[in-house]
Amino acid sequence: MTTESRKAASSPSSLRLVLTLAIAGLISGIAIIGIYESTLPTITANKARELREAVFKVLPGVTKMQALVYRNNQLVVVEKPDKDEPVVYGGYDDQDDFIGYAVPAAGPGFQDTIAILYGYKPAQKIVVGMEVLESRETPGLGDKIYKDAEFVGAFSALAIEPEIFAVKKGTKSQPNEIDAITGATISSKAVVRIINEAHAAWAGQLPEAGSEPPFELAEPADTGAGQ
Amino acid sequence: MTKNESYEEFIKGIWRDNPVFVQVLGMCPMLAVTNSAINAVAMGMATFFVLVGSSFLVSSFRNLIPKQVRISCFIIIIATFVTIADYTLLAVVPKVHKELGAFIPLIVANCLILGRQEAFASRYPTRLAVLDALGMAGGFMLALFSLGAVREILGDGALFGIKLFGENFEPWVIMILPPGGFLTLGVILLFFNWFKFKKDEFLEDVAAAERGGN
Repeated sequence: MTTESRKAASSPSSLRLVLTLAIAGLISGIAIIGIYESTLPTITANKARELREAVFKVLPGVTKMQALVYRNNQLVVVEKPDKDEPVVYGGYDDQDDFIGYAVPAAGPGFQDTIAILYGYKPAQKIVVGMEVLESRETPGLGDKIYKDAEFVGAFSALAIEPEIFAVKKGTKSQPNEIDAITGATISSKAVVRIINEAHAAWAGQLPEAGSEPPFELAEPADTGAGQ
Repeated sequence: MTKNESYEEFIKGIWRDNPVFVQVLGMCPMLAVTNSAINAVAMGMATFFVLVGSSFLVSSFRNLIPKQVRISCFIIIIATFVTIADYTLLAVVPKVHKELGAFIPLIVANCLILGRQEAFASRYPTRLAVLDALGMAGGFMLALFSLGAVREILGDGALFGIKLFGENFEPWVIMILPPGGFLTLGVILLFFNWFKFKKDEFLEDVAAAERGGN
């Protein structure tokens, strides 16, 4: 056998190469669609449940929530906010009375974007709870913004106007001041700044205290709770 | 094919040719996600699933895949398994998935996996390929776990989130930060090399003694 004929024998036709890759791609595509479709309901339910839990955590006493967006100069109830549309969550108690807003907000931290959710009671103009949803702050230092019970607890009755200030630990004297975490001043201040900025952004859009949209969504069946 | 040979294919990945400690492969996930034992184990299991699944398929179809497009085929197979692992983790353990973040899709680029397909699975029968993959993936998981456990115990005073030392323990935060990964890996690699050095020395001594005896 000459070198050339050996080459010809061992190299399959282009058609076979194309077909092999096409079939492999097809099977792979079907497998990926299958796994995507079969996990999507669980993933959506997980996300919805996480959000509900966070809202209930930052607004003590709340048992129902609905999404609110600012459209046509007023706050309206929506079942599902559009993508990238700013949204707040209205929290209501068992009697459908309005308790407060849970406001998602995000901004730059020490390492990466910090995303938080804070509970705001417009009647008293106070922050009643804060939960960090996402952060990559330094373990052991910056991550105290959600691991330090004292810092998180300080957001339970914090005056938000004119502005929240993070002050050196132990020097808190005003209702709108909060003790920064020793060793994590930048992260503490970032959380405060994120809340202040979100509050300023929503200030003109939230209605007068007492005229919040009433609870109108029928409570959805507790999706995901059984999964 | 004797039982010993199969055993040998399996055990070589765990210890003698351990993918991390001896071959020094897969360093990216090794250093990035071993800041706690649970992250390390989750990453190890995802890699385990991908490696064993891909080795099985690659070895089963090794006679059907033309040599010219083999790497593309391997990548398609590996990427499919990675996507399956990605969505499964997201649905089952969303918290762990969040911690691992971009490193799950990056399993595709783990040279340990592609390396096993090219060097072993595409040349040997399915049974041996799966055994080899089990050993290599087991060794990788073992390595991830030992790094993750050391870093979590020293850096957080805990293992799998359970506090070990009580209130007075001051955690070595640096062990959880990236430098802690390099430090721990360096010490473990030092141990492995020392062990190999000692073993060689011992074998030489034995050989010398035998020569002297004859």
